[in-house]
Amino acid sequence: MMKTMISPGQGLSRAGLALGGLLALRPAWAVNDLPGGPAVRQLDLHPPMSVIAEQQHWLHYFSLIICLVIFVAVFGVMFYSILKHRKSVGHKSANFHESVSVEIAWTIVPFIIVIFMGAMATRTVVAMKDTTNADLTIKATGHQWKWGYDYLKGEGEGIKFYSTLDATHREMSDAGKPQGDDYLLKVDNPLVVPVDRKIRIVTTANDVIHAWMVPSLGVKQDAIPGFVRDTWFRANKTGDFYGQCAELCGKEHAYMPIHVKVLSQVDYVKWSEGKKKEMAAAADDPAKVWEVADLVARGQKVYAANCAACHQASGKGAGPIKALDGSAIVQSDDKKELILIMLNGAKGGAMPSWKTLSDTEIAAVITYTKNSWSNPTGKLVQPAEIAVARQ
Amino acid sequence: MSAVLDHPHGHADDHAHGQPHGWRRWLFATNHKDIGTMYLLFSFAMLMVGGVLALLIRAELFQPGLQFFNPELFNQFTTMHGLIMVFGAIMPAFVGFANWMIPLQIGAADMAFARMNNLSFWLLIPAALTLVGSFFMPGGAPAAGWTLYAPLTLQMGPSMDAGIFALHIMGASSIMGAINIIVTVLNMRAPGMTLMKMPLFCWTWLITAFLLIAVMPVLAGAITMTLTDRHFGTSFFNPAGGGDPVMYQHIFWFFGHPEVYIMILPAFGIVSAIIPAFARKRLFGYASMVYATASIAILSFIVWAHHMYTTGMPVTGQLFFMYATMLIAVPTGVKIFNWLATMWRGSMTFETPMLFAVGFIFVFTMGGFTGLILAMAPVDIQLQDTYYVVAHFHYVLVAGSLYGLFAGVYYWGPKWTGVMYSETRGKIHFWGSLISFNITFFPMHFLGLAGMPRRYADYPMQFADFNMIASIGAFGFGLMQVYFFLFVAVPMMRGKGERAAQKPWEGSEGLEWEVPSPAPWHTFETPPKLDASGTRVIA
Repeated sequence: MMKTMISPGQGLSRAGLALGGLLALRPAWAVNDLPGGPAVRQLDLHPPMSVIAEQQHWLHYFSLIICLVIFVAVFGVMFYSILKHRKSVGHKSANFHESVSVEIAWTIVPFIIVIFMGAMATRTVVAMKDTTNADLTIKATGHQWKWGYDYLKGEGEGIKFYSTLDATHREMSDAGKPQGDDYLLKVDNPLVVPVDRKIRIVTTANDVIHAWMVPSLGVKQDAIPGFVRDTWFRANKTGDFYGQCAELCGKEHAYMPIHVKVLSQVDYVKWSEGKKKEMAAAADDPAKVWEVADLVARGQKVYAANCAACHQASGKGAGPIKALDGSAIVQSDDKKELILIMLNGAKGGAMPSWKTLSDTEIAAVITYTKNSWSNPTGKLVQPAEIAVARQ
Repeated sequence: MSAVLDHPHGHADDHAHGQPHGWRRWLFATNHKDIGTMYLLFSFAMLMVGGVLALLIRAELFQPGLQFFNPELFNQFTTMHGLIMVFGAIMPAFVGFANWMIPLQIGAADMAFARMNNLSFWLLIPAALTLVGSFFMPGGAPAAGWTLYAPLTLQMGPSMDAGIFALHIMGASSIMGAINIIVTVLNMRAPGMTLMKMPLFCWTWLITAFLLIAVMPVLAGAITMTLTDRHFGTSFFNPAGGGDPVMYQHIFWFFGHPEVYIMILPAFGIVSAIIPAFARKRLFGYASMVYATASIAILSFIVWAHHMYTTGMPVTGQLFFMYATMLIAVPTGVKIFNWLATMWRGSMTFETPMLFAVGFIFVFTMGGFTGLILAMAPVDIQLQDTYYVVAHFHYVLVAGSLYGLFAGVYYWGPKWTGVMYSETRGKIHFWGSLISFNITFFPMHFLGLAGMPRRYADYPMQFADFNMIASIGAFGFGLMQVYFFLFVAVPMMRGKGERAAQKPWEGSEGLEWEVPSPAPWHTFETPPKLDASGTRVIA
């Protein structure tokens, strides 16, 4: 169906071979712990980097220890019984089958234990939900398949950008040749926040449900289209912290990581000022009239970041995903159809709407597709045409 | 009852009751034993299909990077694995047990509605074909996860509609089966078999049947709304039209949480029959077992949103569902303690049914404890949608439900087939399954704690080693089930092996052991007269 797919039968036999040669040939992964992300053969929750994460950590150990104690006690009794009360050692069965007092005891005692466990967790539940008095509010929008961040309130207000998995990682995944400690966790633009400040994350989504999770910070919140939800964290250390989308959101679900870069407050101010200047400089003049070559160069970047995951760098698509290379719609003189597909999506959302891209970006990527692979039409679409089509 | 009492004798001459042969015997089956056999064979076939999908998943996850399948196909595998195992394997297997054992255990001639029984089985075949066949539809099988969350389902291809149709049919089949079981248990017990003398397997199925009738229509509603959102312009769950995707989750889990008890309560009943038989001692706390089962069933209706802590419920909602969920540990604990007290100072032997029953208690309890940890909302924020959850529900559904089923097959198999299984092979199956199961699923706890999300076709390299171990275990577990079929089930079905006595287990009690092995095609055609305990036929 798609290029990496082989038939189930072949898959099984290849897996069987892999299994056979496995213990001798265990590949030596060149991989180390990723600070702020997963460690190699990690056995426990991530080292906590916020108060909430610390409390979650504590609650996990607390409940795990209670469970282990009960487990050892109950199964100690059971295995004692299994060893001693067996027919082969000549044990004769007793004849009791009821005891009201014992039965009441083992109803009441567990009841008290679970209420106690709940009581210990209550404080944290209340604290987790208290998103008031945030120093910085950032909206995280889940898209298929990347995150968009808007700094809504606080230092850096007005900053907005998308955060996408590094394209080389997606290629390594397809090739079956993963590399690097941050494999599938590296993004182009990490979310940058200051240390020791209460950061409120407002989540929503553009298409389907996603979930924004950063284990070190003790945060996981579904991002639901049409609705806003919120959560918060206060990082107590600077550094890089990683997470991944935690709600099945379609085929590229595994490829929309979250990278939070926590800076000192001084560095954060510097970053936000720099970012604003950068945004101002990069802001395209929508009235600018472009040359084909410039627009194609710009469009190549847009394509790699947004389109190549499905349509492939080769433009050939895969399986149900349409090829752009040689496509009649792409080559057509009538630009309108392609522009409308870009803005509104097609096939019931299988091709998503890209109206969140700027006019220049849409014009660039359309121009790129019209002049790449076997489509050297020499045609171009100007940003102004997109602006008209949007109305 | 009177119909049974008035049943004409000497029906060898009665053509209306002539026994059909060949394929007619199965297609037109109205005999509870034949239908039970078909249910069990069907569910085992589906276990194999779902198992192959699981192994394809584990093959892809054997190493980081995509080796065999693209992520789209991978998502189809995870979705279909879940749907097939839940609706095709576990649920029909328990209905098969109910068909075989409930009439035998309560001294009834057959199920109350024999023809509806036939229909509820045969509906499963087109449903299963539709579901599995959806792989060959344009765009492949549904890939939205077995929970079918909106609005992802709205993006699926035509196979989603096929899946919805198949679930509707399976739901209808389940409801018919449940009605049949309730009516049979309430109306067709032999005189003297009062409710509180009934074997626990009948009790747990009676309660399960009520759960089924209560929640299958809720699932039907949720998926019908999905269908109309997809095709008829409604916006129940489509946010673009003002719908609420979270509402879908509430409706789904209002079905889904009782559903997990539907899949475990009958296993409790099987284990409650086996532990006393091999401890040679009456079940401890029979009445409290019944009350605990009923409590679990009632509580199961008020805990659904513990699957949804990360959707952003208000604080009061989180607290309510956290406490309510933790309360379920109380009746579940009562059951574990009762089994333990039954074993205590018994005279135990460890034939394969007992091994699976004790294995069930041991491994199921581990799943219960991880459930308790997941119930703590703040901890669940870390673990929701990670492999910890995958480990948890496979501990309760594989080591719970499936082990309960295997225990039952070994325990009652001699009654069904008239031959004993090979004890050595049974033990190989048990130990092989127990070890490979734990190799598969225990490392998933670590993966989940480390934050590896579920339903991922590829993962950061730090997770590689535990994934590799899990994949090795999974292939071992799969092989053990093939071994079970070829070397245990098939020889028994072909009658190869030592003849089974009418009551092959020294300590077993109940009416099923009052009829010969194999159980004749018709049993208890006239209601038996029972002794005071309701476990022996005296005339």
